[in-house]
Amino acid sequence: MTFASILEWLIKGFVWVMILLGGFAYLTYYERRALARIQVRIGPNRAGPLGLLQPIADAIKLIFKEELMPARADKLLFFLAPIITLTPALVITAVVPFGPEGLNFPLFGRVITWQIADINVGILYIMSIASIAVYGIVLAGWSSNNKYAMLGGLRSTAQMISYELALGLSFVSVIVLADSTRMIDIVEAQKSMWFMVLQPVGMVIFLIATLAEVNRSPFDMPEAEQELAAGYHSEYGGMKFALLFMAEYDKMIAICIIAATIFFGGYREFWFLQNTWFSVDQTPILGPVYVFIKVFILLFGMIWVRATLPRIRYDRLMAFGWKILLPLSLALVFLTATGILLAQEVNPLFMWGIPVVSLAAGFIAILGMYQTLRRKEHARA
Amino acid sequence: MDLTLILFIILAVTAIATALGLLISRNAVYAALFLVMNFACVAIFYLLLGAPFIAMAQVTVYAGAIMVLFLFVIMLLGAEKLPKGDVLPVQRPLAIGAAVILLAEAVILLVQRFQSTAMLQAPGTVENSMDSLREMSGLLFTEYLLPFEVTSILLLVAMVGAIVLTKQEKGTRG
Repeated sequence: MTFASILEWLIKGFVWVMILLGGFAYLTYYERRALARIQVRIGPNRAGPLGLLQPIADAIKLIFKEELMPARADKLLFFLAPIITLTPALVITAVVPFGPEGLNFPLFGRVITWQIADINVGILYIMSIASIAVYGIVLAGWSSNNKYAMLGGLRSTAQMISYELALGLSFVSVIVLADSTRMIDIVEAQKSMWFMVLQPVGMVIFLIATLAEVNRSPFDMPEAEQELAAGYHSEYGGMKFALLFMAEYDKMIAICIIAATIFFGGYREFWFLQNTWFSVDQTPILGPVYVFIKVFILLFGMIWVRATLPRIRYDRLMAFGWKILLPLSLALVFLTATGILLAQEVNPLFMWGIPVVSLAAGFIAILGMYQTLRRKEHARA
Repeated sequence: MDLTLILFIILAVTAIATALGLLISRNAVYAALFLVMNFACVAIFYLLLGAPFIAMAQVTVYAGAIMVLFLFVIMLLGAEKLPKGDVLPVQRPLAIGAAVILLAEAVILLVQRFQSTAMLQAPGTVENSMDSLREMSGLLFTEYLLPFEVTSILLLVAMVGAIVLTKQEKGTRG
């Protein structure tokens, strides 16, 4: 740890935070336009060409709004909560690699990598940051001294704790497949085949669990408008609200980047394009471009889900998390490990048993879900 | 003075300060948050000792899961404000006794450590954390299998107990 490396981290970190903040602004624009498209509306199109200046107008409006402090709120925590919410969203992507080794360049006698921190326990770092991300929302809800805000905070705690287990277990499948906890190794292990193909059910579980982790629709219980006014951020306004809003969208970006990295090959091309010009081994500059395209598509998926699915009822949300996702993801860890063991000891073709058996397990889980969670005829009615 | 030492001093001060804050704070939510900060400091200590996996597990399990549940319960019961005075008068002398025993143990261990010439040394940083993970899980499932399984059964019993205590009897549902 020298002064130069600290300086490098600082500069990289600063640039990355700026990118995330700009990404937040334009993600809101992207979401509003895409939602409008799906709902046969036009969406923001007045400020600037195609409405491209709309996020800037929104930001200026939010900055100049009056800051309110509810009476009898816990002033310190009310002030800190938006910051605590935003920080994990900004730091969680620090371990994600954005470009292959070929893209690294020397500068002032140091090799600059396309990653802020290359740590050995990268995926566990993501897990631990994701697990402490809940504090901000809970504290925002509690410190507002408002019943609805408090309920929103409590709901988010229960929800995030429940879905974190399935999330962690889907990480375990990835660790077992890649045989490493370092992010670059995980990406390079997907050179011949993306983990999305080898563990499709794990990918679906990951996407569902992360939707719940970032409180996105259909899991947006902490801010359900019809039930809780605006949930944990009812009492927030002005820049503090902007920070909470920013946290939500930066979390969306972050989980899409993480999903792209651990299931969709990260900065790598499609596995069948390996020895062509499109491969990052031959054209390293394509690495960050691939990440961007993958993130863009995944973000569209999240917006699409929001536009089409209604909010899930609270008891079903819990039942789904504990009774379906958790057993299924436990089974997937077992299946993945067994498949790899058989592939190593008996025949490499057993590797293909993993997706087949996983899909079968997923199918059984869906059947079980249909049996237990479907709307039952009310006998007493 | 190298950066690691500076980091250690800052962390040690923060750890002690947050531990004191936990003890002194009269608001249960603040006390819980002090404990979270303390866990974070301990996690960074593990990192400094070259044990990244344990550091991350510390954050995920203690700060990320257990303390969130603590906060959840505190907020759900509305038990933020502690009542003035002791609820259990036995607590204080018991706590002092336990603290004295713990301190004595620590002092004895320290004295023993200084008497032996072999200094406590941090295990070297492992190049690939997967190797250390593999080694650790191998030990857990072979040499320490019995304690591992006993712990898991203990947790299972606690879980079943909690479910039994909170489950509504059939027919009492309003």
